[in-house]
Amino acid sequence: MAQLAPGAGFADDLGGPTVGERTAMFRAFAKARRAAKTSGDRSQLRAERRAIEQMHRRDRERRILTPLRSPYGFFERLAWFWADHFAVAGRDLRARALVGRFEADAIRPHIAGSFRDLLRAAALHPAMLVFLDQNRSVGPNSRVGLKRGRGLNENLAREILELHTLGVGAGYTQDDVREFAELLTGVSFAMEGGRLTFLPNRAEPGAEIVLGKSYGGGAPRLEDVYLALDDLADHPQTARHIARKLAVHFTADEPDAALVAHMEAAFLRSGGDLPSVYGAMLEHPASWSAYGAKVRQPFDFAVAALRAIDPDDRELDLIGERKNGERRLAAALDAMGQPVYRPPGPQGWREASAHWITPQGLTARLRWASHLGRTMERRLDPRDLLRTALGDSAREATRFAAVNAAERWEGLAFVFASPEFNRR
Amino acid sequence: MIQIDRRSFLGAACSAAAAPLLTPVRLAAAEGENRLVTIILRGAMDALGVFAPLEDPNFRALRPTLGHGAPRGGYINLSDGFAVDGRLAPLVPMWRRGELAVAHAVSTPYRGKRSHFDGQDMLETGVGDVADIGDGWLNRALARIGGRELETAIAVGDRAMLLTQGAAPVRSWAPGASLTLKDDERRLLTRLYADDPLFANAAAMAADLSDLGADGGGAAGDPNIRVAAYAATRLSEEARIAAFSINGWDTHAGQRHALNRPLRALANALTSLRDGLGPAWERTLVVSMTEFGRTARENGNKGTDHGTGGAAILAGGALAKAAILGDWPGIAEGDLYEGRDLRPTMDVRRYPAWALHALFGLDRAALETAVFPGLDMGPAQRFIA
Repeated sequence: MAQLAPGAGFADDLGGPTVGERTAMFRAFAKARRAAKTSGDRSQLRAERRAIEQMHRRDRERRILTPLRSPYGFFERLAWFWADHFAVAGRDLRARALVGRFEADAIRPHIAGSFRDLLRAAALHPAMLVFLDQNRSVGPNSRVGLKRGRGLNENLAREILELHTLGVGAGYTQDDVREFAELLTGVSFAMEGGRLTFLPNRAEPGAEIVLGKSYGGGAPRLEDVYLALDDLADHPQTARHIARKLAVHFTADEPDAALVAHMEAAFLRSGGDLPSVYGAMLEHPASWSAYGAKVRQPFDFAVAALRAIDPDDRELDLIGERKNGERRLAAALDAMGQPVYRPPGPQGWREASAHWITPQGLTARLRWASHLGRTMERRLDPRDLLRTALGDSAREATRFAAVNAAERWEGLAFVFASPEFNRR
Repeated sequence: MIQIDRRSFLGAACSAAAAPLLTPVRLAAAEGENRLVTIILRGAMDALGVFAPLEDPNFRALRPTLGHGAPRGGYINLSDGFAVDGRLAPLVPMWRRGELAVAHAVSTPYRGKRSHFDGQDMLETGVGDVADIGDGWLNRALARIGGRELETAIAVGDRAMLLTQGAAPVRSWAPGASLTLKDDERRLLTRLYADDPLFANAAAMAADLSDLGADGGGAAGDPNIRVAAYAATRLSEEARIAAFSINGWDTHAGQRHALNRPLRALANALTSLRDGLGPAWERTLVVSMTEFGRTARENGNKGTDHGTGGAAILAGGALAKAAILGDWPGIAEGDLYEGRDLRPTMDVRRYPAWALHALFGLDRAALETAVFPGLDMGPAQRFIA
């Protein structure tokens, strides 16, 4: 648990430009787009778009380098888990501008804190508001709604209930979704500066009833949204949902029921104190007997392989096939079916092993393993890699393949391709 | 270990680009000449907007900006007061030849939560209750189709598709990715994975794919066309059943623009199947289904939210005639389900059930208990010639 000590410096490593700098870039793009409409000259528009796309590529690259350089392995795995739990994707240009800052702002500072704080930060981060259309949702009876005929968008409200907190099996109804969506109206962020704002002109007037409890009723305010989020964070169904999801990710696709119950109890007892929940997971014997039951997802596989190589910058350039001043490490993950910052939707990535070890998925891993082997064969010996990458877990078949490969690079590739390296 | 030739490298790049919109095609062989293709439209297609009751005055009120008179695309009249979104114009010749039908106001038994993930799982597993989600209905159907002889491994898939998961073996394929191994490399890899069936099976299928040259051509271009064309090729040979997905239907905002890509993908997939199947198109039925419909009213962002009643799109020479099928509930205020969604009047599972009955001779008892547990198939449907 010492790895969770905050202030280790790695929370910030992901950062890159701030949200305010990012929204400024998007505003410049939008301005160029308007100008292009009248002038017909699109060169400025293209330049602004290129700047955002380039930042996004750097964000993707940095997301791979951060865990490669971090000494805090468990913290990095938790960061991945929570960023996936609150998945946001770079679907369009504005989302791509913001997505690279989401984890640094909303996830990493709260990993060792309470679920309440994490939920507040993640569910209301500008990247989430854009991704789930909250910035466009307007109370039908609000001033803006009545004047411009604009209305509600349920997307964020539904996903908070279904994915972020209670889980889809919990006993909420469509009415809860709608009322919660009405409560969320007004939540937005300023394109100037990028800060979370509350716009009373868009907020649906009157109290909203979510899960039987009434919120608001006075002048619309952000505080009522926070109260509802806090209640959702404290809900017993949330404790169950989070405990199970952590156990699925860290132990087995079908986790031990007693382990989940133990974690759920820790969540409830501690009021959603996350280190208590992690501690409950780590102290339970079922967490340790499941070793090898999970397949590493491509991101985890790629980071583990790079950590085993421990490349210097020049080697990273070779691995990432540096061209025109840019490395393309992230391209390997695109091919393996897990493009960085592009999960398939708000539900995040699939967990099941069978989802990842498909013919195509495995082929992409083997290709990248070969590429690593060819790139590193002058420095690395397969027998050394066996020790550093696998240690005691290397099986006889892997030793045989690594040692008997026709060429050195093949031996390296077999180590990365081995089942024990692809499982955890 | 692995030869990265130019062709397969280009293929891999192409398939990665395709990932957001498309999942692999899955195929299985069966006896006889009839063919069934199932397409899952992921994200909940807006049936009401794509196949619109244009002559109903309520439609204009529900869709003030998305409906009639919208700036681009427009609508093309079909029949019974319904019109199809103009971006599906490539399908209109099929309609004229009696090879296209729309089953409107249908849904799975899923109600209430309107979750994509549960909705898709219900659609693919064919069960009547979320609690019963298990393996895929198409897989259970395969196990009951007489004399089937499954294809040798031909396929590579970048992700699992619940629809076809289960005990009966099904091959999968996706554009790109093949694994070219020298003999000694293959021996070492086989040994490396000997004790791990998950890895062993995936590697064997990947290697067999390249033996069969299934990466065929490796041409760039619209991946929807490549997947459909590949399915058509296999269906022209020994395969009789295929399934794949078209993604991108979740149009919460800016729907007119957001539908460009999935509508084009759907049109490309269906026309490529028709063109690729040639004479076999006459014996083919394509059933395209989505997890649920969308709200009848457009939302505040020129989009639509998760709803209930949707539509299934039937295509192929095996169809009896062009028609708007089903029991239209109307879209007046009182007609809407929970005051917000197109009211489902028929269980969408009836269509694949009757298709399996007509095309492959599955008996009703098996369909209503094993393949689609709890389904009442109702009176005989005559949508198949």
